[in-house]
Amino acid sequence: MNKKGPLYALFLSLVLLLPGCSSLTVLNPKGPAARTLSDTIILSILVMLGVLAVVYILYIWVLVKYRAKKSNEGYVPPHEEGNVWLEATWIAIPILIVAFLSVVTVKTTSAVENVAADYKDQKPLVIYASSSNWKWHFSYPEEGIETVNYVNIPVHRAVEFRLYSFGTITSFWVPQLGGQKYAMSDMITTLHLSADTVGSFIGKNANFSGKGFAHMEFEALSMTDKDYQDWIKEVKETASPLTEDEFKGLLAMEHVGRKTYTSTHLSFSPPPGDHGDHMSNDGKDTDIDNGNTDHQEHKDIHPSPEPSSETEFDGEPHPEVDQPLPSSPVEEHTHHSD
Amino acid sequence: MDLEKFKVHGEPLIYGAMISIALATIGIIVGLTVFKKWGYLWREWLTTVDHKRIGVMYILAALLMLFRGGIDAIMMRLQTAAPDMKFLDAQHYNEVFTTHGLIMILFMAMPFIIGLMNVIIPLQIGARDVAFPRLNAVSFWLFFFGAMLLNISFVIGGSPDAGWSAYFPLASIEFSPTVGNNYYSLALQISGIGTLITGINFIVTILKMRAPGMKLMKMPMFTWSVLITNIIIVFAFPVLTVALALMMFDRLFGSQFFTMANGGMDMLWANLFWVWGHPEVYIVVLPAFGIYSEIIATFSKKNLYGYTSMVFSMLIISLLSFLVWAHHFYTMGQGVMVNSFFSITTMAIAVPTGVKIFNWLFTLRKGRITFTTPMLYTLAFIPIFTIGGVTGVMLAMASADYQYHNTMFLVAHFHYVLIPGAVFAVIAGFHYWFPKVFGFRLNERLGKHAFWWIIISFNVTFFPLFLLGLMGMTRRMYTYSEETGFGPLNMLSFAGALGLAIGFVILVYNIYWSTRYEPRDTTGDPWDARTLEWATNSPIPAYNFAVVPKVQTRDALWSAKQDNIPLFTEEITKIHMPSNTGKPFILGVVFFFFGFFLVFSMWIPAIVAGVGIILVMAAMSFDRDHGFYIPAKEVIATEKKLRGETV
Amino acid sequence: MKIDASKPLEYATEENSNKIFGFWVFLGAEIPLFATLFTVYLVMVDRFASGPSGKEIFEIGPVLIETFLLLSSSFTIGLAIHAMRHGYKKAMMVFMGITLLMGLAFIGIEITEFFTYVHEGATLQTSGFLSSLFVLLGTHGAHVSFGFLWGSVIMYQIWRQGINPATANKAFIFSLFWHFLDVVWIFIFSFVYLKGLM
Repeated sequence: MNKKGPLYALFLSLVLLLPGCSSLTVLNPKGPAARTLSDTIILSILVMLGVLAVVYILYIWVLVKYRAKKSNEGYVPPHEEGNVWLEATWIAIPILIVAFLSVVTVKTTSAVENVAADYKDQKPLVIYASSSNWKWHFSYPEEGIETVNYVNIPVHRAVEFRLYSFGTITSFWVPQLGGQKYAMSDMITTLHLSADTVGSFIGKNANFSGKGFAHMEFEALSMTDKDYQDWIKEVKETASPLTEDEFKGLLAMEHVGRKTYTSTHLSFSPPPGDHGDHMSNDGKDTDIDNGNTDHQEHKDIHPSPEPSSETEFDGEPHPEVDQPLPSSPVEEHTHHSD
Repeated sequence: MDLEKFKVHGEPLIYGAMISIALATIGIIVGLTVFKKWGYLWREWLTTVDHKRIGVMYILAALLMLFRGGIDAIMMRLQTAAPDMKFLDAQHYNEVFTTHGLIMILFMAMPFIIGLMNVIIPLQIGARDVAFPRLNAVSFWLFFFGAMLLNISFVIGGSPDAGWSAYFPLASIEFSPTVGNNYYSLALQISGIGTLITGINFIVTILKMRAPGMKLMKMPMFTWSVLITNIIIVFAFPVLTVALALMMFDRLFGSQFFTMANGGMDMLWANLFWVWGHPEVYIVVLPAFGIYSEIIATFSKKNLYGYTSMVFSMLIISLLSFLVWAHHFYTMGQGVMVNSFFSITTMAIAVPTGVKIFNWLFTLRKGRITFTTPMLYTLAFIPIFTIGGVTGVMLAMASADYQYHNTMFLVAHFHYVLIPGAVFAVIAGFHYWFPKVFGFRLNERLGKHAFWWIIISFNVTFFPLFLLGLMGMTRRMYTYSEETGFGPLNMLSFAGALGLAIGFVILVYNIYWSTRYEPRDTTGDPWDARTLEWATNSPIPAYNFAVVPKVQTRDALWSAKQDNIPLFTEEITKIHMPSNTGKPFILGVVFFFFGFFLVFSMWIPAIVAGVGIILVMAAMSFDRDHGFYIPAKEVIATEKKLRGETV
Repeated sequence: MKIDASKPLEYATEENSNKIFGFWVFLGAEIPLFATLFTVYLVMVDRFASGPSGKEIFEIGPVLIETFLLLSSSFTIGLAIHAMRHGYKKAMMVFMGITLLMGLAFIGIEITEFFTYVHEGATLQTSGFLSSLFVLLGTHGAHVSFGFLWGSVIMYQIWRQGINPATANKAFIFSLFWHFLDVVWIFIFSFVYLKGLM
């Protein structure tokens, strides 16, 4: 069957491209999370190539051997009901493959959802990344700095991004540092990233968010600790504070270039609650507790929110931003899936 | 009244579309008047309750929508063929990819499959019609006018532009202030009701109207797949009904379901949408599995291998399809446990699907395989769909999905699943059953030409997208810069899209050519097939079977031919038929206006149309139709004529 | 049309028995419909923002009357079908009439209830909770209203045509629908009102 010709050529080119091809950004990781994911992807491609090989060999064999030709004219194919052992084989082997990949999935998912193993002993640098229209705001609560459309991080440092949105759902993604995660208006999501090398990486919103979506990119720059400290010092000397009015103006704009400020918007426009420490608008405690995965499975056992050891910005009521009641659909998932 | 809101501005493209719609409408009206076909159209088609004619209308509408959606696709590929293209602006690109998704899934794949269901299922189970012929007409006209409502959005008021998944808050009135997403909620609602009615109708038809002797485990595989599909429809579509209603309430009446303030929850929409959306994928893919099973058995001259495991694998797939919806948003931050659960259920679907692939391969083994056009599409399906399947498993791994999500890798994956898994299937089914409906085959030479164009171009179009995804190109970007390096592969993909277009043009030309020149078939069984639909004459007489067949084995016609078991044992008697009715068509029209007025918040006309809907339904209840009888003599005469004998 | 005399009138022809089975399948589709609405309601129930909560607006009195009306009407429609099976046209008409009147009274009370809510400032636009409440109750109420119209058309047909396989079939299917609405109401009563008042 010559129709598979182009298919094979393409597939072969993929296989050849895989190792060391720097243009495949996702497979060219520069941080522990991205490396875990890249390894997972390559492993799964190899397993799947094995599956494809079995199917293709069988396929070509039956087509070549059993096609109608002059020599088998008058051949009457037999009646076959099936074969228990054969069918059991192609049920059992896929189950084993799926089981293997499930183990890999659970392990790697939990690896990238937490601080990378090499960085466990560090206190992570917290950066709030929030989106509005088609731009990204980065707030450094510890340094008291805010930037727009670029983020600088020290190399070899655990960084904890806390994501939320001033509008549509966006997805924060720096492919060479790790996987993406949604930023939404009524809860904070957390993404752990670290860079192993100094360098500039493309970051973007991956989730379609309207007209300006295609241009919603930012630069993630990892720099040596000294450069990072210098940068902070320089910002403190040259930039000015972010006022509430200025921030409102920023939010209203569709696109802006890079901006730098010496204070964050978190003080006058606090982020929505974390998964774990939601407060309802009327100030009463509600029993919504669904962020931490440990809690999800035992929701009825300890329904009240656990106190969190957070920065001063978390869990504050936020009457002026039009934030809806905090909760997430997450717990509904667990209801359905139970 | 403010006429401004009906207008769509700018773009020569839109004016072009307006002019072509107007010209086509005028052309149809003039043509019908000149050739005095108004009466024919009304009597034979618009008022018909015959499942075969309804099926043909579904397929015609689906072909039209295939071209509309295909033009959308080519516009998208052209706009992204090179960096910084200026063919479409962001707004129009957004409208185009939104309608492309909606039209291809809901107004092309679904109706094509429902059309084949309509034509074939009653024949395959040896019935004279579906259980509720009039409701069947209602289904069709609701689907048709729902589709029309979505299509006019392009020229009146603006199309939906928030993606086919219409995530909130993007799809809310705040971020999408045009009427586009009003069209979304109403057009889908109207055609969705039609689909739900189809689901009920076919469940009853298959469970209650099989020919005597056809036990459940003796049903042809296509019938099984359609039964399971319709069960999915009945359980999944009500979720869409609710989701769309809530969307409509949010957009038209200011309710607070998916808003960002006052207790709304944007993620609720994503959940509701995908609780319907994932089973929807299987609604279009399972019947395809049925079609392929029939074609493989016919053209390898063997019965289907592992019938029982084929049936159970479909049942398991249908069950699992309701347990995987959260894999569409692993990145929403629901944590390791939830993501792992959905990863495992999703990957588990690979097991029953693999069972089917191997059973097909083993049906081919020891067969005598002939490469007809329908068989070629089927054989192309196996390797291509397997790529779609294995990339599906890769995407199912939650961790890896953090890197694939929202990228072209995902786009490549679902085209590798849906095109072989649904489009090739309906094309294969179309070629396979065409002689049954029209009495002649489509030309094989042209058919194979089209096949090679489509198969090769498909891979050229979509394989590069896997690589683009790994390069970090996200989906739904209307443009990109030169430095990204996305250019060359996108250009390749555009070239493939043009090749696909050529393939589909040849396919349609084949219909024209074959209508004029292909020799007529008088056997009723041109492929030497195995199931009951080939036991009656082609084209199929209105009453399907002169005598209701008696079934003893799985491949009823095959064993009748091999072992000389007579299928038709009874005398020909008079046959009861339902009479035609225009009310389903009128109901569709009234629904169309109801939807249209709601889209533009014109309350008084909408209420009038709403009352109209109730009145038409009441009128249908008062209909006292007892149908009519075709006398035995006439049946005998028709049978002879179709067999080419002189009366 | 073949009529099988051994079966009840509403099942007497093949078409009739198909219609009844088809209606059961339709009710099968109504279950996920209402299940989705209930899920939405239960997700939204604590998200009342600055608006009132269920506890503040629900009143048990009218709800008990609504429950009484709907449960009794479910009983009377059963009596109507019983009368129909015995061929008592007049008794059937009376019981069906009572059923529909109770349905109408139910709708009346529900509309009054809605007006009271709106009067108290609890509208569809106020909060996620109220949106889901109005849509859940409204969908059920719309079903009852549609049932009222549908039942009236059937009563008119029985009055004109008498009890025959066609009308008996319609009346029986209507009774299935009515019982179903009753079941849905029991869920609304428990999960909306009782849970809200507790």
